[in-house]
Amino acid sequence: MSDSTLRIVWIYPDLLSTYGDRGNLLILGRRAAMRGIPVETYSVRSDQPMPSTADIYLIGGGEDGPQALAAQRLINDGGLHRAVNQGAAVLAVCAGYQLFGHSFFAKGTKCPGLGLLDLSSDRGETRAVGEIRGDIDPRLGLPPLSGFENHGGRTHLGPGVAPLARVTAGIGNDGQTEGAWHGKVLGTYSHGPALARNPAIADLLLRWAIGADSLAPVDDTWPERLRAERLAAAGA
Amino acid sequence: MPLRAKVATSVSKTAAALSRAAGRGDGSVIGGWIGLKIDPELLSHLASGRAIALVSGTNGKTTTTRLAAAALGVLGPVATNSFGANMPTGHTSALAKAGATPFAVLEVDEHYLARVIDETQPRVVALLNLSRDQLDRAKEVAMMAQMWRTALAGHPDVAVVANADDPMVVWAARGASHITWFSAGQRWHDDSFVCPESGDPIERANGDWWCTGCPLRRPQAQWRVEDDGVIDPRGDWHLVKLQLPGTVNIGNAATALAVAAEFGVRAIEALPRLSTVASIAGRYAQVDRDGRNIRLLLAKNPASWLEAFDMAEQSPTLLSINARDPDGFDTSWLYDVDFSPLHNRPVLITGDRAYDLAVRLEVNGIPFRHVLSFEEAIRSVPPGRLEVIANYTAFQDIRAELDRVN
Repeated sequence: MSDSTLRIVWIYPDLLSTYGDRGNLLILGRRAAMRGIPVETYSVRSDQPMPSTADIYLIGGGEDGPQALAAQRLINDGGLHRAVNQGAAVLAVCAGYQLFGHSFFAKGTKCPGLGLLDLSSDRGETRAVGEIRGDIDPRLGLPPLSGFENHGGRTHLGPGVAPLARVTAGIGNDGQTEGAWHGKVLGTYSHGPALARNPAIADLLLRWAIGADSLAPVDDTWPERLRAERLAAAGA
Repeated sequence: MPLRAKVATSVSKTAAALSRAAGRGDGSVIGGWIGLKIDPELLSHLASGRAIALVSGTNGKTTTTRLAAAALGVLGPVATNSFGANMPTGHTSALAKAGATPFAVLEVDEHYLARVIDETQPRVVALLNLSRDQLDRAKEVAMMAQMWRTALAGHPDVAVVANADDPMVVWAARGASHITWFSAGQRWHDDSFVCPESGDPIERANGDWWCTGCPLRRPQAQWRVEDDGVIDPRGDWHLVKLQLPGTVNIGNAATALAVAAEFGVRAIEALPRLSTVASIAGRYAQVDRDGRNIRLLLAKNPASWLEAFDMAEQSPTLLSINARDPDGFDTSWLYDVDFSPLHNRPVLITGDRAYDLAVRLEVNGIPFRHVLSFEEAIRSVPPGRLEVIANYTAFQDIRAELDRVN
C-alpha cells in the first residue's frame, strides 16, 4: 500500500453488522473512487488484530451479546485507540456509537466502553424506532441529517463532545440531541447504511482523511431524491 | 366441540365468506378474528382430534407448508392455511373452513410458535431457519432462537424436524427428545457467526460448522439434498421433480418429506403429489400478458433475495420495494443483499421505496431504469420473459394487477 492510498477499515463485521452496515463501507469506497482517490478497504474480524494506521474506521450496529464482546476485544486489542489518538476519522453507528462511550448496557449489565467519546448510554423506557431527522452542528457545515433509528438506548453527552445534531423528528440520544462528535470521530443512532441518505457526511469523512477542504462534486441525483423523500416523510 | 366453539366456528366461516364476497382479501384473517372473539379457545377446540404439523422459520415456510400438506394428502384430507395467513387468526380460520379433517399442516409466524404449540398440541414441529427479517419490529435473531428453545422445552412429546445447517435452529431444537435433522443448504450465514450457546465464533467449512468454544456443532442430517433429489434416512436417493424453480425448493421438498415421514408417509408415495404444486399464493406464478411471460418471485429479506437471484433467468428483471407495515419500515437490509447477479441484464425498479433501491443499485454499479407503474414496466421490455422480484406488499400490488393470480 502506498501513502497516497486511502485505507478504510470496517470493524468486526462478524459481530457488528445487523442492519446493512456494509453500506457505509461501499458508499465511502465508491465516493472516493469517483474522485480518483485510490482506496483499499479492510474488513477486520474480531479474531484479527486491529490495524492502527488506517485513515477511516467504520463500526456498526449489533445485538447486545456481540456488542459487549466487540467492546471487550477492542479494549484488549488497543489498535483502535492508537488509531483515534493518531487522528483517524471514525463513523460509529448505533451499538458501535454506544461502545465508543465510557459505558453502555447490554443484556441488563453495565459494560465498559472504549472511552473514546465523552458519553455514556443506558436503557430508555421505550424503544426508539422510526425515521429520524436533525439539524447538524453548524460548525460541520452539513445539510440536515436523515436516517432510520432502532435502539433501546439513551445516550448522555459529557462536556468533551458536542451533539452531532439537534433532533427535529425522532428520538436520537434523548429526544433533543442526536449523536455526538469530537475531533474526527462521529457517532450516530442513524443506523445501518447511514451514509446512503447522508452523502455529505461521507464526503466529510473523506475530506478529514485526506486533509482537503473540498472535493470534486459528483452526480448525487438519486441520493438527493431519496433524501428529499425521507426528510419529508420524517416531517409528516 | 362445546356449543360456544360451534357457534364461533359457524360465525367465523360466515365472516370469511362475506369478506371474500366483498372482495376484501381471502377472508382468512377476519373470519378467525371474529371466531376468536366469541371463543378465545376456539383454536384449541378446532385443533383437538387432528394430527397436526406446524412449520415455522424466517424463509420458505409458506412453500414448505404447501408441499407438506400435499405430501400428507396421501393419508387423507389435510387442513392448511395455504394463503400465508400465519398467525392464530389465520390458523383458526383455516381449521374452521376445512371442517373435520384428520390432519392439518399450519404455517406459523415465528413469533407465535410458542402460543400455537400450546394451543394446537402438534405431533410435529418443523423449524426451517432463522435470519434477519424486518428488524425494526421483529425480535432479533438470538432472542427468537431463545423463544423457540423455551417453547420446545415445555413440550418434550413433540417430534421436531429441524435444519442441521442453521446453528440458531440447531441450538433452539437441542432440548427436544425426538429430533429429525434435515440439510437443505444455507446460503445466508451473516446471522450465525456467533455461537448462541457460548458467544464464541462459529467456523464453517465444506458444509459443516462448529463452535470454536463449546460442543455445539452441526448434527448429522438424516434427510439431505443431493443434486436434484433427496436422500432419505435409509440412504436412498429420490429424484424430486417440481414445478417450482430453484435448489431452495428442493430443500423445501426435503423438509416436507421429513415432516410427512413423521406421519408414516413414504417418500415414494409423497413425491408425485409434490410435483402437482405449481405456485403458492402467486409465488412462482407465470402470467402471459402482451407477449411477455411474467414470473413472480417473492423476496422478503436478504436470505430470500439470494434465493430469488438463484431462480431468476438472465432476462429483463423488475425489482419492486415497499416499506409498509407488513414489510417493515426499514430498508437498511438492501445493503445486506449483493445485487451483482443482476449485472448484464436490463433492470427496472419501482415501488414506494424505489429511491432506496436506486441508491443501492448505483453503489452496486448496476444500471437501472425507474418506472412508475407495472404497466410501464411491461411496455419497457421486449416480448419474452420478465422476471419480477418484489417484497411482500409490492408483490401483492403486482399480483393485484394480474387479477390476484394464484
